[in-house]
Amino acid sequence: MSAEDVVLLDCWVSPFCMRVKIALEEKGIQYEERAEDLFGGKSELLLTSNPIYTKVPVLVHKGKPVCESSIIVGYVDETWASPPLLPSSPYARAQAKFQADYIDKKLFDAGSSIWRTKGEAQEVAVKDFIEVLKQLEKFLGDKDFFGGDSFGFVDIITIGITSWFSAYEIFGNFKVEDHAPKLSAWINRCMQRKTVAKVIPDPEKVYEFVINLKKMMGFE
Amino acid sequence: MSGESVKLLGYWASPFALRVKWALKLKEIEYQYVEEDLPNKSPLLLRYNPVHKRVPVLVHDGKPVAESLIILEYIDETWKHNPILPQDPYERAQARFWAGFIDEKCVPAIMSAFTNQGEEKEKAAKEARENLKTLESALGGKDFFGGETVGFVDIAAGWIGLWARNVEEIAEVNLIDAETMPLLNAWFGRVLEAPVLKECVPPRDKLLEHNRGFHKILTAASS
Repeated sequence: MSAEDVVLLDCWVSPFCMRVKIALEEKGIQYEERAEDLFGGKSELLLTSNPIYTKVPVLVHKGKPVCESSIIVGYVDETWASPPLLPSSPYARAQAKFQADYIDKKLFDAGSSIWRTKGEAQEVAVKDFIEVLKQLEKFLGDKDFFGGDSFGFVDIITIGITSWFSAYEIFGNFKVEDHAPKLSAWINRCMQRKTVAKVIPDPEKVYEFVINLKKMMGFE
Repeated sequence: MSGESVKLLGYWASPFALRVKWALKLKEIEYQYVEEDLPNKSPLLLRYNPVHKRVPVLVHDGKPVAESLIILEYIDETWKHNPILPQDPYERAQARFWAGFIDEKCVPAIMSAFTNQGEEKEKAAKEARENLKTLESALGGKDFFGGETVGFVDIAAGWIGLWARNVEEIAEVNLIDAETMPLLNAWFGRVLEAPVLKECVPPRDKLLEHNRGFHKILTAASS
């Protein structure tokens, strides 16, 4: 199987794309990364393979598109068996999917609210974001990773967004470590992993990106 | 199966609880149904679903699973007969995509048409119709989204046939257009009349009155 069989429509700064890249790296799958210029104009392939949402990531495997990052990670796990990303017991799998669903629904939006607001609204946004982090710490407990002893599905779903934390901290004037030390330790633990270090961008670059995004969207 | 305890915390008027009832019935799983007296949530519910504090929650041998689509997958993986999801990974990804589309696009648009008035209402109804038309494309010429039999997406979306019709009547909007979405329209009839599913559907008159009551409160609050 060559890299042409697996194509990822990608954007370097998207935490959702990071999920898929980490999953593919964990499985040792060769893939072709095609950068989408989300502001310059979406490619023909993106528009035809994800007509409903026209968003990255899209995984195109042997010509067939799979959309929505959590669904793509599940697809990668089911298509290439080893090493498994989800646990084997149905109950543990349900817990992992529940936590991933919570993170999908809450984390990125809570973070976005921080740089999209000012003054009192921003203080509220920071508070809400910290509440989400505290819930993540509840999920993590005293474990090394969300799934237990090994890096897995929920870690993959979550780690990408942490590259945006530095930007949130600067805009919101707070430190994640002060409020969620266990989560901070988990972030450092994950960053030790080759697959993660390869994929996660420099938070400084993410911060610069968010500054430009703010300007473009008129949030000054 | 003997020695197993399966409990479902639900609410008679919840479409999300209905999804789980359908899955349990299709798998012929015996379970104890616990009706939550919403909005007075029981201590049991709050203990079993502290994060979202809502129904449905499936409790299997004392262990809780929450969020309807996640419960469906759990049921499918635990009891392997009468499969709900397809076997093939690509087909599974497609089924999950459409179920997600229903919750992320169809549900909010229908709710928005229900809770708003005037121009906002019409805008929401138009969006809902477009989303339902998109959903129809996944059906193709099949009897069910699952093919010849009811599957994951049928279970996820079937409730719309009841609830959307109530919203149409109460809010005076058009959501399911027989002319522009004939296949989806026919499918709604088929899925709600399917033998096992039909038995679990809440009484229509009671549901309509319940939804109507809600609508009065919502529109009174905004006027």
